[in-house]
This record gives sequence, structure tokens and C-alpha cells, in this order.
Amino acid sequence: MSGPNTDYDPVEVTPLKAEQVETMRDAALAAIAAAADLDALKQVRLDHAGDRSPLALANREIGALPPQARKEAGQRVGQARGAVNKALAERTAVLEVEHEERMLVEETVDVTLPTERRRRGSRHPITLQSEHIADLFVAMGWEVAEGPLVEAEWLNFDALNLGPDHPARTMQDTFWTEPPEHHVVLRTHTSPVQARTMLTRTPPIYVVCPGRVFRTDEYDATHSPMFHQVEGLVVDEGITMAHLKGTLDHFATQLFGEGITTRFRPSYFPFTEPSAEVDLRCFVCRGASPAVASCRTCKGEGWIEWGGCGVVNPRVLTACGIDTDRYTGFAFGMGIDRTLMFRHGASDLRDFFEGDVRFSSAFGTEI
Amino acid sequence: MRVPLSWLREYVDLPDDLSTEDLAHRLTLLGLKLEALERPGHDISGPLVIGRVLTMEPEPQKNGKTINWCTVDVGDANGTGEPQGIVCGAHNFAPGDLVVVVLPGGVLPGGFEISARKTYGHVSAGMICSSRELGLGDDHDGIIVLPADAGKPGDDVFELLHLRDEVIEFEINPDRAYALSLRGVAREAALAVGDVDAFHDPAARTVPAPNGDGYPVLVEDPAGCPVFAARTVTGFDPSAPTPTWLSRRILLAGMRPISLAVDVTNYVMLELGQPIHGYDGDRLAGPIRVRRAQPGERVTTLDDVDRALDPEDLVIVDDSGPIGLAGVMGGATTELSGTTTHVVIEAAHWDPVSMFRTGKRHKLSSEAGKRNERGVDPTLPAIAADRVAELLTTYGGGTVHDGVTLVGEAPSREPIRTSLALPGVVAGFEISDGTAEESLLAIGAGLAIDGNGVEVTPPPWRPDLTDPFDLVEEVVRQVGYDVIPSVLPPAPSGRGLTRAQKLRRRVGRTLAGEGYVEVITFPFVGDQDLDALGLPADDERRTVLRLANPLSSEEPAMTTTLLPGLLKTVARNAGRGATSTALFEAASVTLPHGGGPAPIYGVDRRPTEGEIADLDKALPDQPLHLALTVSGEREQPGWWGEGRAASWADAVDAVRAVAEVLSVEVTVRAAKRAPWHPGRCAEILVGDVVLGHAGELHPRVCTAYGVPARTAAAEIDLDALLEHAVALVPAPTFSDYPVAKEDVALVVDDSVPAADVEAALRDGAGDLLESVRLFDVFTGDQIGAGKKSLAFALRFRAPDRTLKEGEAGAARDAAVAAAAERTGAVQRV
Ligand SMILES: [Zn+2]
Repeated sequence: MSGPNTDYDPVEVTPLKAEQVETMRDAALAAIAAAADLDALKQVRLDHAGDRSPLALANREIGALPPQARKEAGQRVGQARGAVNKALAERTAVLEVEHEERMLVEETVDVTLPTERRRRGSRHPITLQSEHIADLFVAMGWEVAEGPLVEAEWLNFDALNLGPDHPARTMQDTFWTEPPEHHVVLRTHTSPVQARTMLTRTPPIYVVCPGRVFRTDEYDATHSPMFHQVEGLVVDEGITMAHLKGTLDHFATQLFGEGITTRFRPSYFPFTEPSAEVDLRCFVCRGASPAVASCRTCKGEGWIEWGGCGVVNPRVLTACGIDTDRYTGFAFGMGIDRTLMFRHGASDLRDFFEGDVRFSSAFGTEI
Repeated sequence: MRVPLSWLREYVDLPDDLSTEDLAHRLTLLGLKLEALERPGHDISGPLVIGRVLTMEPEPQKNGKTINWCTVDVGDANGTGEPQGIVCGAHNFAPGDLVVVVLPGGVLPGGFEISARKTYGHVSAGMICSSRELGLGDDHDGIIVLPADAGKPGDDVFELLHLRDEVIEFEINPDRAYALSLRGVAREAALAVGDVDAFHDPAARTVPAPNGDGYPVLVEDPAGCPVFAARTVTGFDPSAPTPTWLSRRILLAGMRPISLAVDVTNYVMLELGQPIHGYDGDRLAGPIRVRRAQPGERVTTLDDVDRALDPEDLVIVDDSGPIGLAGVMGGATTELSGTTTHVVIEAAHWDPVSMFRTGKRHKLSSEAGKRNERGVDPTLPAIAADRVAELLTTYGGGTVHDGVTLVGEAPSREPIRTSLALPGVVAGFEISDGTAEESLLAIGAGLAIDGNGVEVTPPPWRPDLTDPFDLVEEVVRQVGYDVIPSVLPPAPSGRGLTRAQKLRRRVGRTLAGEGYVEVITFPFVGDQDLDALGLPADDERRTVLRLANPLSSEEPAMTTTLLPGLLKTVARNAGRGATSTALFEAASVTLPHGGGPAPIYGVDRRPTEGEIADLDKALPDQPLHLALTVSGEREQPGWWGEGRAASWADAVDAVRAVAEVLSVEVTVRAAKRAPWHPGRCAEILVGDVVLGHAGELHPRVCTAYGVPARTAAAEIDLDALLEHAVALVPAPTFSDYPVAKEDVALVVDDSVPAADVEAALRDGAGDLLESVRLFDVFTGDQIGAGKKSLAFALRFRAPDRTLKEGEAGAARDAAVAAAAERTGAVQRV
């Protein structure tokens, strides 16, 4: 067959009869509706919409019709194929949703299974507490000063108005290094950092110094040859005890909460004059009444001994080259380990230094 | 300082409505801190009365003891007036003696309730009391036998025995030595009640003028002993008992009653604060001399210790040689004893520094020394000696000798020039001149006000007051520390944390994020710790700074490496069941460099820059180190499959992670260094400088420290690493053009480090190379013995265009050629 046959006999082609097209279409639609899953539907698509499907074959016959019959037959077959394709698309969408839902159900896992392949790390509570305290002061415009642990005797004692025969030197139970006549000690407090700061900076000075210190204390639940202190130092014009009180009240409130302030009691430290002990309002019972003898944190006193403070002794300023006519200062110091112990209810100081991973891990990475 | 209230009230009028708690609280706010408040005797309740023993029948018992079946007249105290039948185990009394009887219904210390009870075949209706049973001391000698004139049967004994009292224990700061006496505390109590006139000074007594007839005393060192008073009592009865009130007060004040003569010296010390020493006058040979000890001299002190004296020690000598450590402790040869009838009383003022040094040198702490080294009122010696003589003769008979020895006189005090406005200026709130003046007068200071301010002469009992600021504290504490306002000082805008401080925090957070737990260990180390690390004899880490007074002889030095402390912590955790741990510590180590002594400067001026530098030169280097360990399983097994054992690579990777957050480019190369496994140790470098090491520990080190096998560790100089931290990271530029990937497998000798092959590939690949990653290492028969195959993924990309066909391949070939040339690599195909 080549080219249109002009004398072609316009005979009716069987598959293009209306009822037959309808039958093909209905068969296709029924098969589509009956397809249970996407695989079945794929076969239905091949059977009823593929190149060799009855409707495709019928479509191919249209060309063989006499021109006057082609239009009607084309419309009829086209409509049927459109209906089949539409049904296929709809069925596909439905089956895809069904398939996805089934898949998701099948993929369900037990989300309560453990997930930790690698154990978590953590930082030491003393480090965290030191940083926390430093941040409180940095927020006020202070800076963080540091100094060596192995320190010159002059800086640890003499410069701080602790002369060679000062009774307070024995109170401090110092570790001396060999040979003792080299006058080198393990610093007994963080105060030499204050001396170093005054020797190297000019006022105004606003610094806080957290750090390790050493005393020859036997190691037990409340004593350790190594522990941590934080000291603060301010040297400026017109500095008073009121500024010291304001600073420590602010510190206490920041660390322990609103309403937790401090109380001063006269005391004695060689490097400050006047000197005071700082008591912290008990943050547990808040000193509600002296009757709360049951409070374990303050033992019913309503106050917790926190540290020492005072106006920097002018003798210390002089030794560090600060003009005492122009400047005054204040200083304070407290134990970081001790603060942690009562703030977090730790009962044994040794837990801080034994390195049991259960201890540090409990504090995570922020305090 | 323990202060019995009944005693205190003798020297200060306290309002009746002032509770003891309130008084203690007020004194605490003045600077005498309440340590404890005790109420001895308040747990005893009567009937507790005088009884007269009428009869006593000794009755031997089967247990070998003999008890006495007594009848005791207790007057009407038992309601019947009939004698009371009581069983008593003591034997130190006889019919007719007056004793102390607690009757049924009474309660003794410890809640011990007395009732009539059957014992040893009798109904014992009460108990005859010993001192111990009444909480009056540790006397084991038996029951209390009262003096014949103590009272009559049935009289209540609470008053008689001074059973009930209140005792406030104060913590006394070193600057308030005057408060180590009833006199000093009473003075403070008067301040506490706001009435200086309430104080009655026990030292206010007229004493006879000194004369030449007293016991001869020669003070050869007046600087060490500015004042020496001596009095003599003869005909003293050494068997005279100490009156109950006196021994009771000494006991409540925390000292042990011994004998009348000793008790009196202690009593006067507690009363006035002046330490007293009593000599047996008959055992003194010739005059008393005060001088420094001579080389080779020795003395046996009262505590029976034979002591070699130092030429700096102040000693008391007589013709026989040293007879006491002056002001600290007397000697045994002239001690007051049970036969002493001739008492020579010493009351002297000593140089506090000398006292302190002698006490420290001989490790001697005594009640006398404690006061003498803190500073005693130098006007007291004659007064105290007179008081002792009075009490000795009042209770022990005999006569006070007319001779009165007094050598030297109280040094005069330098007045302090200051201003009455200073207290308010320092305190930061209004304190009027009048208030300041009143407060200074109240502590006993003398004031001379002139146009330039005020000259304040501190009272003799306050050697601590030397500077204007000392006086400020005296004023402000009286005004009240509790009225100091709370004002935040206006700090200038600060610079925040330093870069190093911020970076150190970042390092800690990074390692915590990597699963490491931070620990803090002591920096003390011993030779056996360094031996356990396997350090060679010449290792620089064996050069340690030793402590002169270490707590433990096993750890006598400051450590040069953090690993011993960390490995002991690993072992401790493993011992407690945590065999898989990852730990880190950041701390300074101590590296001595043979610096000379640290100078000691004066304190009257700032040291020069050069002098400050000399201080630092004497100190060892103390770089901050970072060390870490990883043991057991780095990843745990679980439902997901196998765990993963920790290895050398974890330690290296942790160091790399730290370097990465600091933006420091580190390189790694093989090294041999203890305590690491010689084939599994990496040194970490920045440029050519080695900053530390990481890898698996030597198996012997694991054994020595008792840590899990194959524990890996790292230690680096963190300060040095921080110095290389990049301050300003330049923003990267990268290409959006397609990437070309080329994988190569290169066979090299086992000994060739992968890092060398990678470096050669990088160098050879040219500018188009974006990255190289080693993704597999393979050994086996196909490769050949002594060889390994390294598989690298190379990525190529041009910044400005899509690579042309063959370009990436050519670059790869160039890279492989470079690797072949430099490392002998052969490409596997
Ligand atoms: Zn509380």
C-alpha cells in the first residue's frame, strides 16, 4: 500500500463502530479500577493504553477510513483514549498515595532505642563556675587577670603586707619549693595576681582573678591541698566600702538569685584595712527566721560564710606603686570549690579532684 | 576564746533584758565572731543538794568490787527529813563528810534520770555525785567531798558548784589579741551595748611602787623584753585547794585546773590577757636573767621536751643555766610543784616577733605564746603580778613579799596623724566628726584635735593600730558594717575576655563536643610516676621543681607533664567500672630552668621594672598544657552493630579538632617518644615546631598505670598552639563550576608515610586540584609483602570554567608522577 487509494471502497471498519469503541473503553476503565497496586496498574496501562492496546490499534485504523468518516471516528476514539488516560492518572495518584502510606507504615522503627554511640563529653564544674563568675564581672566592664601558680614569695606575701614575721603566714600553711632560700612558693591565694595587676597596669583597675591555689592541708571531705579561689580588685579614684558592698551584693544576686545579698562582719586580713568577712544570705531558707534550724545549707544561721573582703591596705598600694593620695581600692575573695559545694549541695570536696566521669558529666557544659 | 558569761558580767554591766544570743550577735557584728554558744549545767535538774554522810557500810561483791551502803542526811530535801539510803561505789569519803546528792527525780547531763532503784541488794534512793557525773571535769578520784563549811544538808548546790553558766566561744582575729582576755571581751561588750561606762576594768588597781627589794632580775636584752615584773609569795600552802568558782571558770574557759598556784596564773592570764609564769623560788639559783640563748644551750620545757636553743631564742636563765623559753614555755627544773611554798611570779612584756619565731622554731603553741606573739598590753606586768600575789595568798595563805621588781617600762606609742573625716570617706557614707571622735575615745584612744586634723594615740592594748586606715575600721565597725550602703562602682568600659581566654574556652567546649570529659588533677608528681611513663634518664621532663614540704613523699615535686595525673584518673575510673573513658585536662606544668633565687624587696616603694623582671626570671616556665586520654571503646556496640575500640587515631584526631577550631594548620609525622608506643606515636607540628605528641601508649605504660590496654593519649603545649591561632580568617572563595573526580590507587613501601604521598599528589596536581582525601589503605598478597596500597580521591575544579575533556585526567597523571618520583609510588590499574 502506497499513498491514498482514491478508489478505496468506503467500507465500515469493524473496530471503529461506536459500540465497539465503548466496549474497549469500558474494558479499560474496568481494568484500571480493578488494578490493586502500581504494578498491576502498569500492566493495565500496557494492555489498555499501550501501543498494542485495542484503542491504540483502533486509532491506527482511522487513517484507513474514507475522509468523511475520519472525523467522527477520530473524535470517538480520541474521547475514549482521553477517558482511559484520565482514569489511569487518577488511579496512579490513588495507588501512589496508598503505596507511600504502606511504605511508611512498614518503615516504622522503635524510636525509644538507645542512640548514643559515643559517650558525651563535659567540662569540669570548677571551670564552668570560674567562667560563669568571670562573665558576671566582664558584663560590668571588668577584666579577667591571671598569674603563675609557682610564685615569688615577695609577691605572694611581702607585697600584700604579710611581712616575714606576720602571724598570718603560718595560718596559710605554704608549700615552699626547693631550695627554700630561693623564695619561691606555690601561691597560697590568688592575691599575688592582684599585686601583679597593680604593678603592670595603671588605675582605673577593675579585675577579677579566678585560679588555683595551694595550702598544705591534708586531703579530706572539706580540705584539699589544691583548691580554687576567685578574687576581685578595684583601684580607682573615690572607691569606698559602699562600692565593695554594692559589688558583692550584685555578685550574690547574679549568682544566687534576686534578694540574695551579703552581710559584712569586721575581720582581719593583712592586705585590706578595714577588712570584713562576707556572709551570704542563705539562698535556700533565705534566712526566713532563725527558727529554721533544719536548713542544711546554713545550719539554721540564715547566713553562709562566703569569703573575705576589704579596702586595699594603703601599704599594699604603696608597695605596688599606686598613688595613695589619689586612689583607693577594694578587694574580695572567695572559694570557687566551696561556692560550688553549697550552691550545688556537693558534700565531698574530693569529688572535684578524683576525676570520676560521673561527677563532671552531671554538670554538662554549662552551669 | 571561751568566755563564761558569769565571769564576763563581773567587768561589764549588761542590761537584764539582753539575751546571750543577742549579745553574741552584737559582738559578732563588732568583729568577735560567735563560734559556739554553750549552756553547761542547764541539762542538770534537781533535787541536787548537800548531803552529810551518816553511815557507810562497805559490802564486798561477787564481782570483786566493794560498794558502800550509805545513809545520808539530806535535810528536808527528800520531803521526809529521814536519812536517805544510797549505794555508792567510791571510797574517798568518810561518815561526817559533806557530799553532793542527786535525789530521785533529778536529771544529770546526758538526760540521765535518777530514780530509786534496786541495786546490790538495796534500794538506792539517789546518787552521790562525782565531778564527772556533773560535767565539772574529768576527775576520776571519786565523789565530790565538799568543804566542811560549804553549807548544811538539804541546801541546793547549783550556786555552790557554779553548775549553770553560759559560755560564748569567739573566734578572735590576729589583730584583736586584746580580746583573748575577759578584760578585752568585756570592753567590746560595753561597745556592744553602746555604753562605755558599763565597762569596769579589772586592770584598774593600784599596785605598790617598785623597789630594790624584789627578786633580782637582770634584763640583758631590753628590746626582746621591754618590761619585766616580779613578785614573791612565801609560806604558800601547796595543798590548798583551788576554790570551786575559780577552777570552774578556768575549766569553762577551756583550760584544765591543775593546782591552786598554776590555776591562779592561768586565771589572771584569762582575766587580763597577761601571760604569767610562776617559779618555785626555792629551786631558783641566783638572779633571773633575760637574754638570747648561747650556742649549744638546751632547756627542758614543761612538756618534758629537751630542746636545743637557737641564738635568737629569748631565754630565762639563772645561775644553773637556761630555765625557760621566755614568754613561750617555762622550764621543768623550776616548775611549780606540789611542794612549792615559795613562789616567784613573773609577768613580762615580750617582743612579739621574737615570740612568734621561737614558737615557730620549736613548734610550740601555748596559751601564753599565743598571746605574747600577737601583742599584749605592756602596761600590765606589774598589775598582773600584783593580782596573782593577791589571789595566791587569799586562797593559799602565806605572805606577799614587800619587794617589788619592775625592770623597764612600757614603750610609748607613736600617735597616728589622721583626719576625723577619713572614716566617712573610706566607708562611703556620712560619718560625722563627732561620731568618729566618740568611737575613737570608746576604744580607749587619746585624741588631740588641731587645725590639721587629729593625732590619735592608740591605747596600750591595741598594738595593731598603727595606720590611719586601722582607725577607720575602729570607727566604721562601731557605726556598724550593716549600715554601709550598697553602691555599684562605675567601671569603665572593659575590653572583655582576652583572645587567649576566649580560645581556651573554645578548646574546652570542642573537646567536650568530641566526647571528652574534663577533669582536674593535682600537679604533684614523684619519680615513680615518671618511671612509669618510661621516660629515659635524660628526658627533660625529669627535671622537676621539688617541694620543700610536700604532703606526700611519693609526690614531692611539681609535674612537668599532665599525663601521670590523667592516667591515674583513667585507672581510678576503670577501677570503678568505667573502662571506656575519654578525659582531658588543661593546666599549667612547671618546667624549671635553673633560675636563681627570687629577690625579696622592701614594701615602701614599687620595685623597678628591672626588679619586677628579676622576680619573673626566678620562676620556672609554666606553660599551659592540654592532655587527653581515650580508653576502651570510643564507640559503644549497640543495636546498630559493633562498637569501635579507641585507637591512636582518636588521640591524633582530638588534637586536630582542637587545632581546627583555632584555625591552626598542624601537620603530623611519626615520632618516637615516651610514654607512647614507638610505632604509634605522632608528633604534632606547626611549621617546623613540635607542639606535642599523640598516639597509643606503650603497652608497658598501660600496665604500669593500670589503664586499659591500647589506651591512647595526647599532650600538647596549649599556650604555643594558641599563639598560632589565626586572628582573622580570610573568607574562602569557591567555584560554582562542575567538579571532576578522579580516584587513584598508589602502591608504596610500608615505610612511606601517607602524608608524604598526599603532599606529593598535591604538589604535582597543580592549581586545578581542589582536594585530596585518602579513603582506603589496603595490604595483602595482591600488593606484595612490605607494600601498601593507598587509595586517594582527587577532586578537580577550575575557578572560572568547566574543565575540558582530559584536563582532570592530565592533572591526575601529573599528581601520580610527582608521587612516583618522590615516594616511589606505583599506580595500581
Ligand atoms: Zn538556710
